[in-house]
Amino acid sequence: MDVILELLQKDARITPQEISKLAKIKVDEVRRRIKKYEKEGILLGYRAVVNKELVKDKESEVRALIEVKVAPQKDLGFDKVAERIYSFPEVKSCYLLSGSYDLLLVVEGRDLKTVSRFVSEKLSPMENVRGTVTHFLLKKYKEDGIILKCAEEDRRLAISY
Amino acid sequence: MKKTTISHKVQIMPPSGIRVFFDLVLGMKDVISLGVGEPDFVTPWHIRESAIYSIEEGYTSYTSNKGLVKLRTYVSQDLKKRFGLHYGVEDEILITVGVSEAVDLALRALVNPGDKVIVCSPSYVSYAPVAELAGAEVTKIILRSGNGFKLTPDDLKKAIEPDTKAIMFNYPCNPTGVSYTKTELSAINRVLERHGILVISDEVYDELTYDFAHTPFATLPGAKERTLYLNGFSKAYAMTGWRVGYACGPKDIIAAMTKIHQYTIMCVPIMSQMAACEAVAGTRKPVEDMKQEYQRRREFVVGRLNEMGLSCHKPQGTFYVFPSVKKSKMNGMDFASKLLKEKKVAVVPGTAFGPEYDGHIRISFATGFDKLREAMDRMEEFMKEL
Ligand SMILES: Cc1ncc(COP(=O)(O)O)c(C=O)c1O
Repeated sequence: MDVILELLQKDARITPQEISKLAKIKVDEVRRRIKKYEKEGILLGYRAVVNKELVKDKESEVRALIEVKVAPQKDLGFDKVAERIYSFPEVKSCYLLSGSYDLLLVVEGRDLKTVSRFVSEKLSPMENVRGTVTHFLLKKYKEDGIILKCAEEDRRLAISY
Repeated sequence: MKKTTISHKVQIMPPSGIRVFFDLVLGMKDVISLGVGEPDFVTPWHIRESAIYSIEEGYTSYTSNKGLVKLRTYVSQDLKKRFGLHYGVEDEILITVGVSEAVDLALRALVNPGDKVIVCSPSYVSYAPVAELAGAEVTKIILRSGNGFKLTPDDLKKAIEPDTKAIMFNYPCNPTGVSYTKTELSAINRVLERHGILVISDEVYDELTYDFAHTPFATLPGAKERTLYLNGFSKAYAMTGWRVGYACGPKDIIAAMTKIHQYTIMCVPIMSQMAACEAVAGTRKPVEDMKQEYQRRREFVVGRLNEMGLSCHKPQGTFYVFPSVKKSKMNGMDFASKLLKEKKVAVVPGTAFGPEYDGHIRISFATGFDKLREAMDRMEEFMKEL
């Protein structure tokens, strides 16, 4: 992968000048490639990683992982059904998996009731959905490689040879 | 008056003038430190995990004086694989408490009173004092910024005397980041060979070499019989606190070092040795990732420093740069003190590594990128405000 993407993925605030120094690529070239990636849909956005567990005034929210068994459609496979499902804004992530079920959804709602209602009223009745299993999420420890804990303080002596 | 109880040898050891500055840093809060001589990464989890497991399994005893056979075997295989260097597990490898102990053992095992040992300046702080404790007379070679802080064959020729026994050599070098290509090393080796001088080669930063392949001194033609190869786990594997290193060399020297080691240390803690086993035998991915990160930071820091007028050579290895503070019209100590007070950024004055380097500071880029960026911004402000 292009180091520019790698560096941006680690820290979206990094400036083209900084990328230029770290990766030894001319600033103009860095800018050009970023633009290109944005246009091609390779760079889709830049955003902060928020540990919501620690946010005091957040609105209440529950998350559930939902396993969905789907009957694939002729010619279209799973894509069409998946699209119908992931277009609901409640669905934060949607994956097609191998194994004993087909789609794995991450669904978010204000409370248990909202999520349950989504499952019983929207998801389950859908044509081609054969069954669902809902797991409510109790605690997040690590997500996308980030451990959801305050960064550990530097334990080294502040100065040494 | 009370008679002093301290031995003469220790009394005459130079007190570290830099201590006062260090205490100042340690007593201050919210400092961004670019003065740290160890990786900012913690030891990779697979290594920590295997040490925990070994403790659960009850590995809590002494080991053989020379170190666990398993670890010596791994070290031997690793050197063979990486450099084609052959050292016998039984009698040519000694596991030590870091490279630090290996330096001490080497000098004590080799030096007779009055023997001369060459130490380059600037250098890692322990060489000259430890050599003197061992009874050596230290011959200093002053390395110049004009030569890129490199040791040249000419420097060497001038420094060698009839009673010169050994040279304490370190590359990639703390504090300058200088390393040597095979060609440069061969030229140095030819001079040493002519005079039959032993090389104690501290290659603890070997994995952090960026611009060319690292060449162990012992792989140079005819050098192996005169070379003591020192390395350890502190830097490449981010294992400073575990205190594991090793010495490899001719059987008679390793045997002599083992003699001292068995009486003074007995053996390296077994849990640290178990961790080191996992470090060499396990995945190399974390080592490579860390190296890549250092390499990028190097480009960043060297670029920023040169832009702000703190001119420096690009280090070929390690995580240090050794810029000149000439532009500030201050010496390194005043520069470091003022920078600390005004901008809360800590760097190490060059005099820590040799009295001749009061025009320099050592900056360590073993610091996360966020902090490094912040520190560079503060230093740039500092330079502008002068
Ligand atoms: C050049 C050099 N040699 C040796 C050491 C000590 O290493 P160890 O932790 O293996 O004792 C250091 C540590 O900073 C160093 O910079």
